[in-house]
Amino acid sequence: MDQTELTRRDFLEGTGKAAGVMVVTLATGTALMASDGAWAMDLRALSGETAETLLRMTRALYPHDMLSDQYYAVVVSALDDEAKESGEVAAMMKDGAASLDAAFGMPFSQLSEGNQVLALQSLETTPFFQKVRAKVVGVLYNNPRVWQAFGYEGASFDEGGYIERGFDDLAWLPNPPEDASPAKA
Amino acid sequence: MANYELNDDSVVVVIGSGAGGGTLANELCQKGISVVLLEAGARVENDAFINDEWNSFLQLAWLDKRTTSGNWRVAKDFPNLPAWICKTVGGTTTHWAGASLRFQEHEFKARTTYGEIQGASLLDWPLTLAELEPYYAKAEDKMGVTRTNGIPGLPGNNNFKVLYNGATRIGYQKVNTGHMAINSRPRHDRNSCLQLGFCFQGCKSGAKWSTLYTEIPAAEATGRLDLRPQSMVLQIQHDDSGKVTGVLYADQDGKQQLQKARVVCVACNSIESPRLLLNSASAKYPDGLANGSGQVGRNYMRHVTGSVYAIFDRPVRMYRGTTMAGIIQDENGHNPERGFAGGYELETLALGLPFMAAFLEPGAWGRQFASMMEGYENMAGMWIVGEDMPQSQNGVTLHVSEKDDHGLPIPNVHFDDHVNDVAMRNHAFKQGRAVYDAVGAHTVWETPPYPSTHNLGTNRMSEKPEDGVVNKWGQSHEIKNLFISDGSQFTTGAAENPTLTIVTLAIRQADYLAEQMGKNEI
Repeated sequence: MDQTELTRRDFLEGTGKAAGVMVVTLATGTALMASDGAWAMDLRALSGETAETLLRMTRALYPHDMLSDQYYAVVVSALDDEAKESGEVAAMMKDGAASLDAAFGMPFSQLSEGNQVLALQSLETTPFFQKVRAKVVGVLYNNPRVWQAFGYEGASFDEGGYIERGFDDLAWLPNPPEDASPAKA
Repeated sequence: MANYELNDDSVVVVIGSGAGGGTLANELCQKGISVVLLEAGARVENDAFINDEWNSFLQLAWLDKRTTSGNWRVAKDFPNLPAWICKTVGGTTTHWAGASLRFQEHEFKARTTYGEIQGASLLDWPLTLAELEPYYAKAEDKMGVTRTNGIPGLPGNNNFKVLYNGATRIGYQKVNTGHMAINSRPRHDRNSCLQLGFCFQGCKSGAKWSTLYTEIPAAEATGRLDLRPQSMVLQIQHDDSGKVTGVLYADQDGKQQLQKARVVCVACNSIESPRLLLNSASAKYPDGLANGSGQVGRNYMRHVTGSVYAIFDRPVRMYRGTTMAGIIQDENGHNPERGFAGGYELETLALGLPFMAAFLEPGAWGRQFASMMEGYENMAGMWIVGEDMPQSQNGVTLHVSEKDDHGLPIPNVHFDDHVNDVAMRNHAFKQGRAVYDAVGAHTVWETPPYPSTHNLGTNRMSEKPEDGVVNKWGQSHEIKNLFISDGSQFTTGAAENPTLTIVTLAIRQADYLAEQMGKNEI
């Protein structure tokens, strides 16, 4: 592992794998919160139990040990927003999460990684699964803070593009000859 | 900017402002012809383009609902998005990557060269490379294609370095940064490429040729162009003699307007163009306009595509710089010993992290996929562009029940891979893998085709009226003042990215139109 990766992990506040979460009830409503208080999300439509299962589900679908739970919580928050708008989605999330918790007769969050995969496979063709899976793809990987962990730099126009910022800085292979790849203007 | 009356029946109406329509409109205006250019999308100038994949997609892409059928994987992964093309002034020239290759001589004679191929509806084009060469030259000059007209090639980025080294190590010889309609030097009032890495999102700096900021303002400067954005054409109308007389469209307020016309040129891309002809069916033309042959909407081609992404031990950062940064051309010939007819090009391609997640292996989840994604920074990528076989049943039909906001049937796009397509893709995947293995890839992934950006053939050119929709000028065999001006007129797809040929045909069509109008033939 090189230095940049270490730095990146530091930035992302350590590994979130198996970090604890708790449901807290406040005067203003329910929230899902990291046990260490690192992050919290208000829930508008989903129950704390459903949200916790969805949080575990989103990580089990796209497990990145380098990402802490807060990035997966953004996905759950997006699902919560949809559930707030649509009773159908709210019911789908509630029932889907309950199916995951029922798959092995214990909460999904307590299953081993292998059993989580089996539980997910059993629901793979359901609209619930498809919706959550697509949501993770569309939200988790669309978060600029997550991009940094993957080494993607995103928008470049305001920085003048990459022409002076490493578009051709790869040094572990020989440079192609001038006729194949002329020098920049 | 002109402002023609709706009942002015002296104008040429061009529908669609992309590579075909935008170019044709300008060429006609330069010749003194009055043009009404109707574009379904809004006018978004390049300074408003967004360096963000999903937000740009929402800004530029054609998102009206479509359905799909057939055995192509797009129908499973993206059932309502068969094509990744644009609904905006400039059309898909905002999104294209800029690769500008001439077709090869034998590709205009596909039926003769490849012989009879079971299940394929191959034809020779009714024209030759020699006939097109002067127009190719004009198109390359207009578009500022690198490695033509004394314009240097673009500098290769990191993704190209990987491609180049891998390709040459396995013996490929025709490998370079390509013929690109992207300025490597300032030219025609546009600056040189800043290596933004967002070619697909509309070139915000304007270094890549797009009709949006070249042809269209040039046409406006003549005072003869009446561009009407957010104008969705619903129907082409005709008189008792069968000649087309005008178009019915929904304007920016959703109000229906009827624009009269002397000539109508259809350039709405290969899904909407046949859809419009089919939706224009009348008592005289019960199967749709220009469809006496029954060929409208058939023979849909999308190129044999696919991508190869490879992960290395060290960083590549392929997203920096031009999306299509270089090409391998050694496989583009017709060499049946490989087990298939026709050839293919291999071109670098890069996606940002958001689209990589959506397209690398659509539907995939779990630790293996997550691990591939974690290799993103060390990833290189290439895209396959090969000639696919035209097949009669592949195509665009009107949906039997679903309608759009205007009450018109939406299009269904049906595509089955031909065995030749499957064999070519298989070969290309193996070669792509070999390229990356040669420079030490530790993981190589074969990514299935994306929604189609190259949509071709659904109103094809043919020598005989019974085999196609238009003649060698893109003029309807049936209706003399109705023209097809986009990639739907392609008889076959060749191995090359289609835009240069679309522009070339549009320049040539403008000459023909002006001549025919001058002679009062139309």
